[in-house]
Amino acid sequence: MEKLKKLFRPFSVVPLAGWLLGVFCAAMMEYYLGDLISYYLYLPKIPVLFGTLVMLKDPFLIPSVFGYDLIVYVVPVFLVARLSAPLANRLAALLESMPLWLATLLHLAAFYGILHMWAGINDYRVLVVKLTMISIILTLSLNVINGYQGEFSCSHPGFMALGAYASSTLTLLLFANDKMFGEPLLNPALGPWLFPLVLIIGGLVAALGSLIVAIPSFRTRGDYLAIISLAFLFMVKSAIENMEIIGGPRGMSSQPNYASLTVVFVWMSLCIWIVHNFTTSVLGKALNAVRDNEPAANSMTVNTRKTKMTAFMFGAFWAGVAGGLFAHVLRYVNPSTFGLNKLAEILAMVYFGGLNSIYGSIVGAVSISMLSEALRPLELFKWIIIPLILILVMIFRPHGLISFTEINVKELMRPRNKERSGGVE
Amino acid sequence: MDIFLQNIINALQWGSFYAVVSIGYSMVYGVLMLFNFAHGDIFMVGTYIGFGIATLLLALCSAFMPGWMIFILVVIITMFLASFVGAFVELVGYRPLRGAPRASAAITGLMIGIIFETSNLIILGAQRFSFPPLIESVSYNFGGIYVTNVKVLIIVASLVMMLGLHLFIKKTKWGMAMRAMSYDFQAVPLMGVSINVIAPMTFAIGAGLASVAGILYGQAYPVLDPYMGISLGWKAFVAAILGGRGSIMGAALAGYLLGFIEMFVPMFFPSTFRDLIAYSIILVILTFRPRGFFGMAHSTQLRL
Repeated sequence: MEKLKKLFRPFSVVPLAGWLLGVFCAAMMEYYLGDLISYYLYLPKIPVLFGTLVMLKDPFLIPSVFGYDLIVYVVPVFLVARLSAPLANRLAALLESMPLWLATLLHLAAFYGILHMWAGINDYRVLVVKLTMISIILTLSLNVINGYQGEFSCSHPGFMALGAYASSTLTLLLFANDKMFGEPLLNPALGPWLFPLVLIIGGLVAALGSLIVAIPSFRTRGDYLAIISLAFLFMVKSAIENMEIIGGPRGMSSQPNYASLTVVFVWMSLCIWIVHNFTTSVLGKALNAVRDNEPAANSMTVNTRKTKMTAFMFGAFWAGVAGGLFAHVLRYVNPSTFGLNKLAEILAMVYFGGLNSIYGSIVGAVSISMLSEALRPLELFKWIIIPLILILVMIFRPHGLISFTEINVKELMRPRNKERSGGVE
Repeated sequence: MDIFLQNIINALQWGSFYAVVSIGYSMVYGVLMLFNFAHGDIFMVGTYIGFGIATLLLALCSAFMPGWMIFILVVIITMFLASFVGAFVELVGYRPLRGAPRASAAITGLMIGIIFETSNLIILGAQRFSFPPLIESVSYNFGGIYVTNVKVLIIVASLVMMLGLHLFIKKTKWGMAMRAMSYDFQAVPLMGVSINVIAPMTFAIGAGLASVAGILYGQAYPVLDPYMGISLGWKAFVAAILGGRGSIMGAALAGYLLGFIEMFVPMFFPSTFRDLIAYSIILVILTFRPRGFFGMAHSTQLRL
């Protein structure tokens, strides 16, 4: 650990902008030279997810994959980041003098550009990135209920299903010509512009549905609420299976392709921003108070009922939005997608990453989705390795990897060449 | 009327599985205040162990042993082996997490369940096995109601197991230790009753019962499948909650209730509505009686 710290000391002066620059160079390199490098390393094509898939399929290619990763990712990122540190620090100082929202937006735009370029190399990457970002929304929204508010809610796939079906029904009804609802009611050209509205309606439907779980939560907590939410999940699934008008057990397909990478990215950023603002607001702090001691919070004038209801509706809203995006990314949903497997996956992401933390949710969602994609060639063994990792995390860090930390954008983006000026901000 | 009585018999049979499995949840809850989320998969593993033992014994001993003797031997050996599975789950998944947040233990339980399912698929492959019939099925006709001896065996054996467990908990020293543990988790270890003995024992008893339920299940529905524990396990978990946490009688009653709901709903509605109606009823019950049938009223503050 000490040695590792020593190794990374030269990089402590690199600000976020510098890292972004490094990653940008790596992505550029892959974009222009990827084919050439992979040809000389005897790789069949550009490795998709850092070569993990190729590596597990054909062990003889392991050295070339490592070589590729080293040449294309590791060396450019670290080299450019370190070499450009003085420049990047000046840039960071410039950005720091701007209003916070502008600086954040610029960082996000740069990040999106890099992501777009990296994912643009093939369609599989685009899909993985989209699904990962949807997982981030889901994990964050479940963290609001399970982490910040401290319930153990099992109904998240249910909320997701409500959102997915509501938004799919709307887009199919209004903008698409399909066999289920016939001719579109509105001009399909309007579709992409009204898509956010559709997603919001999907979220609102999920939020309304969450009242079924939220109202019993006034009187009960813990295991009983877990069962109520589980019952809700099964009810939603069963109800959808029995509604022939939306496809029943066969599901809905051929949703219009509105959820492009940009759309999903914008929604994810919005979600992170809004969840962060919500959880640091007075109402968000009330969630923690209710979690830690409900009677005490009540006597301190926290309206516990309103707090619980808000938490559930807020979490369910984002789950519904994520469900709508999910339906339009895969362009096919059926009720069995939103079952216990999905629940186990989302719970794993939340508890792996860490409760009560936005960083943790992002880390959990990204690592579990990437891990499950990267281990795909192992087929069944994947479902032994991932649970084992989770068990180990739970044993050694029962609250998850990064728990109880708040995201601080200003601290994240500050220039690193000088010591921090003040004390605690 | 005939259909009604016939359904009662079927519901009793179906409810017996729920009741026996949900007792396992309830017992663990009573001692550790945690739910053993791997219990549904322990049921699955127990069924497969029973399947293995039954096939082995049928091949070796069917020449000189009557069927009922083989059945009893299978039950005893399977209970013995399955109880180690239960104790193993406690050792790996729950002991390191004592004092950790409750949800973390739930996650390890779920993950151990997934590992069980996957290892089963890896070891035995995707082919479906069929549980060998240990008892020749004889069907009796009571004025239009068909009762097979397997159904009677399932209902009677479940009741016997529940009665045995009840006696064990009420009359023996170990049972007393368990009851004491559920009464006060902190003080009892100071009185010389080690939680590291009682907790694995609770898991082991639950697993043993679940494995017998698995053998009986195999007699009634012979097709085995690695994911058979999931839906039965979750429903038994629901029954354990509905009965009141830690209450064994409540869990058994709720298990039967669930069996009745699931069997009687198709009489009046299309059978696809079964889950919807069953869970709606549960939701309504828990909304108006949040502590279940026999659970103690609890404060709203529980540790996370």
